[in-house]
Amino acid sequence: MTRKTLPHHLAIALAAAVACVVSACQPTPEDGPKKTPKAGDAATLHYFTWSDYVGPDILAEFERQTGARVVVDTFTSNEELLAKLQSGATGYDVTVPSDFMVSIMMRQGLLEPLDQALIPNAGQLEDHLKNLPFDTEHRYSMPYLWGTVGIGYDSAAIDTPPDSWAVLWDRRYAGKISMLNDQREVFGAVLRSMGHSMNSTDPGVIEAAKARLVAQKSLVKTYTSERYDHLLASGEVVLAQGWGGPVARAMKERPSIRYVVPKEGGTVWADCLVVLRSSRNKELAMQFINFLLDPHVSARTSERLLFAASNKEARALVSRPVRENPAVYPPLDLLPRLEWMQDVGAAIRVYDRAWTELKMTRS
Amino acid sequence: MKSGTVWLRSTGIATLLFLYLPIIVLVVFSFNASRLSAQWQGFTWDWYRLLARDASLHAATANSLVVAVISTVLATGLGLAASMGLERLPGSRARHVLEGALLLPLIIPEIMMGVALLLFFVTVKIPLSLTTVILGHTAFNVPVVMVIVRARLRKLDPRLEEAAYDLGASPWQAFRRITWPLLRPGVLGAGLMALTISLDDFIVTFFTAGPGSTTLPLKVYSMIKSGVSPEINALSAILVVLSMGLVALSLALQRR
Amino acid sequence: MKRFDRASAPPDVQSTGRRAAWSLISPAAGWLTVFFFVPLLIVFAVSFAARGTYGGIVWTLSFTNYLDLLHPLYGRIFLQSILFATAATAGCLALGFPLAQYIAKLPAGRQGIWLVLIMIPFWTNFLVRTYAWMFILRAEGLLNSTLQQLGLIQTPIEVLYTDGAVLLGLVYGYLPFMVLPLYVALERIDRSTIDAARDLYASRWAVFRRILLPLAKPGIVAGCILVFIPCLGAFITPDLLGGARSMMIGNLIQHEYLVVRDWPLGSALSFVLMLLVVGAMALYFRTEAKLIGQGRGA
Repeated sequence: MTRKTLPHHLAIALAAAVACVVSACQPTPEDGPKKTPKAGDAATLHYFTWSDYVGPDILAEFERQTGARVVVDTFTSNEELLAKLQSGATGYDVTVPSDFMVSIMMRQGLLEPLDQALIPNAGQLEDHLKNLPFDTEHRYSMPYLWGTVGIGYDSAAIDTPPDSWAVLWDRRYAGKISMLNDQREVFGAVLRSMGHSMNSTDPGVIEAAKARLVAQKSLVKTYTSERYDHLLASGEVVLAQGWGGPVARAMKERPSIRYVVPKEGGTVWADCLVVLRSSRNKELAMQFINFLLDPHVSARTSERLLFAASNKEARALVSRPVRENPAVYPPLDLLPRLEWMQDVGAAIRVYDRAWTELKMTRS
Repeated sequence: MKSGTVWLRSTGIATLLFLYLPIIVLVVFSFNASRLSAQWQGFTWDWYRLLARDASLHAATANSLVVAVISTVLATGLGLAASMGLERLPGSRARHVLEGALLLPLIIPEIMMGVALLLFFVTVKIPLSLTTVILGHTAFNVPVVMVIVRARLRKLDPRLEEAAYDLGASPWQAFRRITWPLLRPGVLGAGLMALTISLDDFIVTFFTAGPGSTTLPLKVYSMIKSGVSPEINALSAILVVLSMGLVALSLALQRR
Repeated sequence: MKRFDRASAPPDVQSTGRRAAWSLISPAAGWLTVFFFVPLLIVFAVSFAARGTYGGIVWTLSFTNYLDLLHPLYGRIFLQSILFATAATAGCLALGFPLAQYIAKLPAGRQGIWLVLIMIPFWTNFLVRTYAWMFILRAEGLLNSTLQQLGLIQTPIEVLYTDGAVLLGLVYGYLPFMVLPLYVALERIDRSTIDAARDLYASRWAVFRRILLPLAKPGIVAGCILVFIPCLGAFITPDLLGGARSMMIGNLIQHEYLVVRDWPLGSALSFVLMLLVVGAMALYFRTEAKLIGQGRGA
């Protein structure tokens, strides 16, 4: 009786298992053992961006120009981005955090300093986007798209045009309100409505803000950062806290939709392109950033996604309706009223706890 | 008695319809020409055509297939060996404990497995990628294979193997000539079931996917969250019909 | 069927057999140890760690996570989840019992077909089936359109993003898990017992209450556990069908891991969920033992 007890296929399976584990422990340029790169090129750029920032035709042009392949993954909030990076998703090359998240990522050493020589288009930034508080010399980040956060509303369903955040607490519209699924933005709105800064670190103030949000919860249909354009367009909600771009999209489907930045003020934001320190294609990544900042590409992006481009010349290149839509290109005289969101340091734990409690509360 | 049977029959049929209603609705409305509303506005293949052109969908499909095939092969191999090993293990105490342990992933809520694997990969510093997805899928598919194969093993007449030994066969020969042909339908059925489960898995994949590792269920989830509706119907219809086909095939194989 | 009696084989054959058995089991055992048991242990370990300011793990021994869980809000989420799971189990039982009864009464060939038909939807993509309910239940969905077209309602009724929708999704998702064990138990019941009761003029309700129910109890218990445990850890259903409103443990765990990035707290939550699951299973085994002890006969 021989000692051969292992069937063939089991042996093969074991060998494959060992190979898999071994390959998992070594960083590989491609994901998975079976992914084959495009014929003749090994470079793949992993782009991690907001779910509504994806423009396939724009990416295709970059692929044509450089011969590289662009693989896109998406996220819906800055916190989700950070969570993914902290979970060990280290294969990304370029990502697009918002302003305050850039400072957090800088502090955590996640970012690669940018080689300005590779990004000549950076010289054409809009004036108010130069010298941003979190990265004054643009050592690590390049503003890409910017805008405001306000309220999208259906003017046919709301009798008087709203001008205050308080309208989101109006009982007449119960069940027809949506808020962003974004911790800082939701708290930002209520803090501004209370007359405080959205970067407050006072636990008492944050607690009071939370109480107001809990009181509002029964009026809120859903907290979403991605669907409010559909909800507005279909009439399922008549008031939606949102970024300007998706509201502009909803305007196309339902012309009675309007956008307003409340009088108490709100967020001015800029999403910035950064290169991750763990990237394996840093040069390609910076080329990509330069490509996205090109005035014509910027203009096309702006036209398509309905967000304001950071490139000064792009403003002249976009079509008139887009340029004059306040939901897309905020009027510059609005800026003094608005606040940049900033990293609140250790106070984020207070916000985290408050946000969790808000989500847990039964409405 | 008659009315009781009628009541039972109608309840039974109604419940069965309830189980299939969403699936039927999905498939039917994937051909609906209207973009937003749920009212029937004519037949169209448009949404399927849109799917066919979506490059990110192709990437997700490729990923799903790679993960499913590799994890199924691994899980089937591991599960088959373990099932056969358990059959041969004498002594009830060790065997019971081992059985319970190996079947545990079936009972644990998936979210626990997802976060546990995430923490594991972070702690051991393995970067998230398609490979980590495969590792996780194999883990939860091993018990699936084992349950099906063991049911099959129990039905095998041990005297056949005994007879082979008596005639001078080695264990390997006995396996290859006697046991394996009898087991094969069960193993194939188990493999198909594992394949289906891997293709459909969301939660474990959600936590263990890395850059470029988006699978079909993850793509469906992000599409649902963004509220893009008619393409989702078409994609859902395809996934559902595919799963149903695979499962039916698996069950048919297991009955042979 | 007489098994090959290894116990009576000579010792060297026995030990070869045992060694062969272990070498067959060890790859699978090894894989599950590395990719299942060790991760669970890590979760347990991390639940005693602390959180870095921006997330991540700081490896110091700390009980604060478990102490935090004593906050009434967390207790409420656990209670809510248990209530949801219980309600879903009850719903599955209510729908599943008649269905199982019906199948058990069918001729043998048709039973198989019905069982297959019931299992097939379960093996299809859960996400997709939940999305189907979103499509049906939303304000502009199939349900509301149909009701409006039939003139039964004027304005859409809000079904999606309510507790009811979540419950519906849970019952729908796990119904087959209830039907199968019930069917197995009911199918075993001897027809003659029922016929005898009938001959003695027992009403249908009495037959149900005094004969069917007690004899089906093992099936009921098994079905309840098979539904309760996954419902407890449900994540997709409350996420998609519940909107902002109904949070269950599964959502909270995901929230802690992927939004707030408080992994130690998330791990503590997972561990408590684990305890609940183990508790439910222990209850099941105890009940099963008791039933066996009582004897399943009438």
